[in-house]
Amino acid sequence: MTGGNGAGSTPTRVEDRGTSWLDASGSDHEIVLSTRVRLARNLQGYVFSVRAGAEDRLGILDRVRGALAATGRLEEGGVLWEMADLEPVDRRLLHERHIVSRELIGPDDGTPPVGAALAITSSGPCGLMINEEDHLRLQSLRNGMELEAAWGEVSALDEALGRELPFAFHHEFGFLTCCPTNVGTGLRASVLLHLPGLVLTKEISKVLQGISQVGLTYRGLYGEGSDIVGNFFQISNQTTLGKSESDLVDHLREIVGQVVEYEKRARAVLLREAPNVLEDKVWRAYGILRHARSLSFDETMNLLSGVRLGLTLKLLRTPRVRTLNEIMIFAQSAHLERRAGRTLDEGDADVYRASLVRERLAAESGDGSSPGEPRPDADKSTR
Amino acid sequence: MLCERCQERTAEVHLTTIENDEMATVHLCAKCAEGQGISFTAAASAPLADFLAQISGGAEELPQGVRGEPCPYCGNSSDDFRRTGRLGCPECYAHFEGQLRGLLRRIHGSTQHVGRLYLGAGTGAEDRHTKLRSLRLRLDRAVELEDFEAAAELRDQIHLLEGSER
Repeated sequence: MTGGNGAGSTPTRVEDRGTSWLDASGSDHEIVLSTRVRLARNLQGYVFSVRAGAEDRLGILDRVRGALAATGRLEEGGVLWEMADLEPVDRRLLHERHIVSRELIGPDDGTPPVGAALAITSSGPCGLMINEEDHLRLQSLRNGMELEAAWGEVSALDEALGRELPFAFHHEFGFLTCCPTNVGTGLRASVLLHLPGLVLTKEISKVLQGISQVGLTYRGLYGEGSDIVGNFFQISNQTTLGKSESDLVDHLREIVGQVVEYEKRARAVLLREAPNVLEDKVWRAYGILRHARSLSFDETMNLLSGVRLGLTLKLLRTPRVRTLNEIMIFAQSAHLERRAGRTLDEGDADVYRASLVRERLAAESGDGSSPGEPRPDADKSTR
Repeated sequence: MLCERCQERTAEVHLTTIENDEMATVHLCAKCAEGQGISFTAAASAPLADFLAQISGGAEELPQGVRGEPCPYCGNSSDDFRRTGRLGCPECYAHFEGQLRGLLRRIHGSTQHVGRLYLGAGTGAEDRHTKLRSLRLRLDRAVELEDFEAAAELRDQIHLLEGSER
């Protein structure tokens, strides 16, 4: 394992990384939670990861580590973590932060795949997964609508690594990938949108239908196969071959721009046509989050959606969007377990989650008050 | 997660539906999903494998390899591919090239990469020369096929590369 800033403190360092995309700094960050661009790359001369034995997988990891070092990308804060070296809860933590895929960390109760690793480069929120479905998955994850910046970062990393590593490339099919749905550019650009206005005005199905008709696709919060929770929709390009990277990115930006406009219009309609209903919904959501003693993750996400909507419509003055982003991530089970310092069953997790949410909201409530009753054991120090 | 219907088998199909503008997600095992008439293609977690299953009527589209043999480099067979939707190694693309072309056209609407050029690790002038020759061949082929959009892109790439030679 590369790096290691003493004190056997891998967990601390894992906790410190992968949250910069929550900072509510990007364009349209009230509606666009995040932008991700990833490139799939494989090395010539190796079988794809799914068929590769331990020796090949470790060989690939070594080569990528060497290439990263040669490009200077691991200096000054860059890290490379082998999944097998991390504690299980930290692997899940990274997954909950959307920095690694489920495939890279393996099953919760098992060992991760051999040679599976994550690198975060020194230059900004960019990194790569190693020995995922493809040998390399270069990725940039940013707050807000930042397709150009994310593409620019990944593109630069790709060029730098491409000078050091022999990428598998075919004169007709382009960059070769394990799954033919990624071949060509290997590029998947996606934008995570919060669309409660379109859901409440029941316009969402039309929008989603439209998206599918223009070569884009949508998914839930955690990508392929995941549910829609909290009115979050992830929109991405469907095809990767036959169009240039910039065409794919431009097309996505154009369509997402339209969706954002529709969402703004839907919110304006709601505010005009049903202000009382809307205001009640928002304050109820806030009230429950401020005072509930047990919250499931899905309920939390749906209530946060109401508060986020209220905030952007100026029905609420606090909390900050950044705080909502952080609660979304920190209220997941591995984060709660890290905070509690022990594993939590579902019931315990719900109690800890409610405690975390109350604490974060109280800290920004304006009147400075915290809920009237004594707090559970999660954090006694702040009262 | 257990299937919501039978409560016995593991849920493999997670289907989000929008009916009467109401969104709902159901979690079903493969058997119950089929019983409900839910098209596996739209719902399953390995979309390509199901896509392949769906078009297996047109078996000529599936990679059969040279004389139906598995890839000589990694041993991946067309059955493996059909089952998983995954190829075994970069060489599979050359081995199954003819048959893959039809599939790629169905998935992407094209077989011709027009994005970033890869000149290879440690690129030098010789690589550039080879790349230019390959691009010109691809341009001829695109013009032959009257794929003018691809031809225009290729022409741009050739100009770009010629520019970097000077």
